[in-house]
Amino acid sequence: MTGQRRIRIVLAKPGLDGHDQGAKVVARAMRDAGFEVIYTGLRQTPEQITRIALQEDVDVIALSSMAGSHLSFCRRLKPLLEEAGLDDKLWIIGGNLPPQDHDALRALGFKGIFRTGSKLDEICDYIKANAS
Amino acid sequence: MKRDQPSELEPRVNESGIAIQPLYTADDVDKSGGLSMLGLPGQYPFTRGIHPLMYRKQPWTMRQYTGFGNAADTNQRFRYLIAHGQTGLNVAFDLPTQCGLDSDDPQAEGEVGRVGMAVDTLRDFEVAFDGIDLDKITVSLTINGAAAILIAMYLAMAKKRGYDLKRLRGTAQNDILKEFIGRGTWIFPVPPSMRLVGDTIEYCAAHAPKYSPVSVCGYHIRESGATPTQEMAYAFCIAKAYADEVIKRGLSVDEFAGRLSYNFNIFGNIFEQVAKFRAGRSLWAKIMKEQYGATQPGSMWLRMIAGGGGGGLTLEQPENNIVRGAYYALISALSGAQTMALCCFDEAYTIPTEYAQRISLRTMQLLIEEMGLTDTVDPLGGSYYIETLTNQMRTDMERIMVETDAEGGIVKLVSEGVVQARVSAQAYKMQRDIESGRFPKVGVNRYRSHDDAEHPVQYHPYNEDDTRAQIAGLNRTRAERDNAAVTLALQRVASDARSGVNLMPAIVDAVNAYASVGEITNQMVAVFGRYMEPVRF
Repeated sequence: MTGQRRIRIVLAKPGLDGHDQGAKVVARAMRDAGFEVIYTGLRQTPEQITRIALQEDVDVIALSSMAGSHLSFCRRLKPLLEEAGLDDKLWIIGGNLPPQDHDALRALGFKGIFRTGSKLDEICDYIKANAS
Repeated sequence: MKRDQPSELEPRVNESGIAIQPLYTADDVDKSGGLSMLGLPGQYPFTRGIHPLMYRKQPWTMRQYTGFGNAADTNQRFRYLIAHGQTGLNVAFDLPTQCGLDSDDPQAEGEVGRVGMAVDTLRDFEVAFDGIDLDKITVSLTINGAAAILIAMYLAMAKKRGYDLKRLRGTAQNDILKEFIGRGTWIFPVPPSMRLVGDTIEYCAAHAPKYSPVSVCGYHIRESGATPTQEMAYAFCIAKAYADEVIKRGLSVDEFAGRLSYNFNIFGNIFEQVAKFRAGRSLWAKIMKEQYGATQPGSMWLRMIAGGGGGGLTLEQPENNIVRGAYYALISALSGAQTMALCCFDEAYTIPTEYAQRISLRTMQLLIEEMGLTDTVDPLGGSYYIETLTNQMRTDMERIMVETDAEGGIVKLVSEGVVQARVSAQAYKMQRDIESGRFPKVGVNRYRSHDDAEHPVQYHPYNEDDTRAQIAGLNRTRAERDNAAVTLALQRVASDARSGVNLMPAIVDAVNAYASVGEITNQMVAVFGRYMEPVRF
């Protein structure tokens, strides 16, 4: 598929959660799978994530959340992403995400939900199949 | 007969990269360096323990990591744990507190009281420790970026209650360098962060000499992907960086080194872990004596909390974590730890319930009361395997420390993100090895069950009302306090931050005037700026 650009992903650590071991591991897996990965580092606000996603012209917006504030954060992020015209991108989230929150996350636009224990290849395969 | 020959066996290598033989004899001990670093418990180089009688005289302190919601919620859980036989407290703070933000800060939204107790002002500390005898129950504060402020609050609260600070014991984590490697609750850039650690050590040495102002954490470096030998070697490099920061101010090593403490991880191979602690104990003593000229035995002691090992626990089949926790406690007891805090079996999911915390507490009590772990000192001492491994791991730790210094030193390597990238690469390899089944994890890549979804974990509820109550309490304190005094105290924090004098007296004053964590932090941010993470993966 010469000439076709590689899938671009922004992988962000939302809010104040400092657990970044998993995010960095996933970032490496994405890079090894041939994606272009922009890893934001810690403490990203909804505004920052939206701005980076726009500037970097990404296909995928990925969050890694371990400390439980995923719903509150995604509720604030969704309108900003929509306003920026990023609602046609693939939104995914991974981390410590209790099953009872999955419907709410899907309703907030996060199509791919990857709990702790998800396989790296499973995440990358999903992106390949679903990112345009 | 070809069978039963070691050469016929698949090689086994532990996580630290040391090949494990099927049998050890006295010859292996000799070849690894002999018993010259063994000695007796309570004597240099303390391989066998820092005290002569260890648990026979006093069992380890039991100090489960606890905190959620607001100070009143947490105070209730503290009382519950103490009523069930816990002998120390280990306080978890919410992320806004850890990052120096008030509960009404926009960045705190959704995070107040979620992973720990929310603290805005001294008022919260007064409530949190109400009714708890601080002479009998020592308190450990798991706080780093905002440590100077929370240490000040703890000392101020104790003083108000009439405790003599010269005799007050307690610990703060206050290990900022490891926050840059893993855990991530940094606030300021590296140089002022180092200065604040120095300020707290120097201040406590003068005003609260029994208080342990720093607990250097190999723990989170290991969680981020380090091997057991790297964990300990990097922790020692970090402890030396703090010691150097204080010594350059004119303190002698014996004035503060006795109050340095450690926090180590415990998951992994039982014998490798026990050898790690024994090796580390003698290496730290050697460093303090030979490199720093320490003369007091206490300055050479590797005092430590151990028992936590989140990285070894699994989301899958969480009840297996109860069993893992029991082995972790056993390792910790066999290793001569001063304090234990076990991860709870439900911790991969949620804030532990009372039920889960009681199981952890009972696990430790079982070892003390039923299993004979406190009967004799260093029960594995003299084992050919353990002594060989102890020697090998000590040698490897020393090599890693020399290499770290040759690369420019730990402060430089952490500032540039080099250590972070290195351990992250190892974490990635480990994750791949777990997923391929090369590294065994029971319930994960072995012995999966069709009913894995049925598990006994109950989620801790997050109460939005707690946030509203916390903010209302903060506003009430702001209305009731002497705001002119607060303004003056905050101005002094800023001017002392600029002038370079020890910041602790100004912070103590501000805390006593009921200035908030966020207000004090903002004064320092205005002078120091904020840390910019070197993003490498």
